Amino acid sequence: MVGSELNEGDLADRFRAGDVRALARAISLVERRDPSVRELEQSVRAQRRAPGVVGFTGAPGTGKSTLVDGVVALLRKHESSVAVLATDPNSPFTGGAILGDRIRMQRHALDPKVFIRSMGARGHLGGLSLATREAIRLLGAFGFDEVILETVGVGQSELEVAAVADTTVVVLTPNLGDGVQMIKAGILEIADVFVVNKADLEGHVRVVAELRSMLSLAPKGQWKPPILATIAAKQEGIEELWAAVLSHRQHLESSGRARELAAQRLKDETAEAAAEIARDRVRRSLSEDPALAERLLAEGTPYQTAEEILDRGR
Amino acid sequence: MSPTAVRPVRIIVAKVGLDGHDRGVKVVARALRDAGYEVIYTGLRQTPEMVVDAALQEDAQVIGLSIHSGAHMTLFPAVVQELKRRKATDIVVFGGGIIPDDDIATLKKQGVEKLFTPGTPLQEIVDWLRQRFPAEPA
Repeated sequence: MVGSELNEGDLADRFRAGDVRALARAISLVERRDPSVRELEQSVRAQRRAPGVVGFTGAPGTGKSTLVDGVVALLRKHESSVAVLATDPNSPFTGGAILGDRIRMQRHALDPKVFIRSMGARGHLGGLSLATREAIRLLGAFGFDEVILETVGVGQSELEVAAVADTTVVVLTPNLGDGVQMIKAGILEIADVFVVNKADLEGHVRVVAELRSMLSLAPKGQWKPPILATIAAKQEGIEELWAAVLSHRQHLESSGRARELAAQRLKDETAEAAAEIARDRVRRSLSEDPALAERLLAEGTPYQTAEEILDRGR
Repeated sequence: MSPTAVRPVRIIVAKVGLDGHDRGVKVVARALRDAGYEVIYTGLRQTPEMVVDAALQEDAQVIGLSIHSGAHMTLFPAVVQELKRRKATDIVVFGGGIIPDDDIATLKKQGVEKLFTPGTPLQEIVDWLRQRFPAEPA
């Protein structure tokens, strides 16, 4: 299916040998929900390490990519290897996408300890979080210490990312709108750390104040999300931001929340995987069994038909 | 396998060389997106090493290069050479810019599959990609 230089057969060998292209191909398989990647996943299981996973989300133009670029630079200074999974929306009409997050991260282009991958959200039902989780495991097995998820907060994709990341950083800027916009967007609940970027612009003090009063109304949890001011374009505030991420990570560990989250997420992922497997099985049955499909059309009974297919077993 | 799981064609679109004329390449990127491709735009002043590195990390099948500085005779073949060095010659390279006919013939011999000159209708680029990468099931 591709040229001769990378076939699926030796994918696992090349992956274990540290070939970036094998990792990239494996992520493609995961992205298009191709079950043939499971074999590779099994064979690198022993190598599995859980990387730290930090999500960055915010409206378009808030400076997420530039912030992530700064964080990557900081992590490299600390000798950590880091992978970035940047998700952008696909066109709902053509499926096409322009993925432009690499532009802001050019200075890491030839650093072998930095891996940047753009993902189209592709509108797969819940598939983004499944694909992201699998990709994170692959990146961990490949040896990355940290994984950064970057996503535009314009719809559901940021919620899926929050469900996968250990720490979710929500990026705001001055003049995004008043506090009601923040409540509408639902970002108050998913943030573990708030960043008010472009803090050299007028109005940043007001955003911070508004955010603070909004948060004071939130139900009291154990973790109080800190609010940080950054100027990503000038690399200001990046160290403080990363310190806040680490302190949240520390909180997860010491409160036992990390273990709870991991357990819950494995269960969630299993349920989502089951839904995916069932969906595929039903689609296959309907396309392979025209009589069944015809009966479905005649009787208009999707739930009964679904149960019937699933009851048949494999 | 769900019916949506066709393999989307991923294209790296990059400006190599030192010129900053990126309006054309952005228009092309947009047209490819509207035609259903996943376009990874890497920005200005890319070296051949950076372009190939991005293509490998992004698992792209195609690299589209744009240049207006006149250095296409060195930079386009350099990308092809770098693909050879990284054992990734299955990745297809095409290019666009102000390129004289004589140069086009030479570049094609050196492994740049297709070249588009100014004024090429966008649909022509899309048609070429469609024919070069027919929709394949995953």
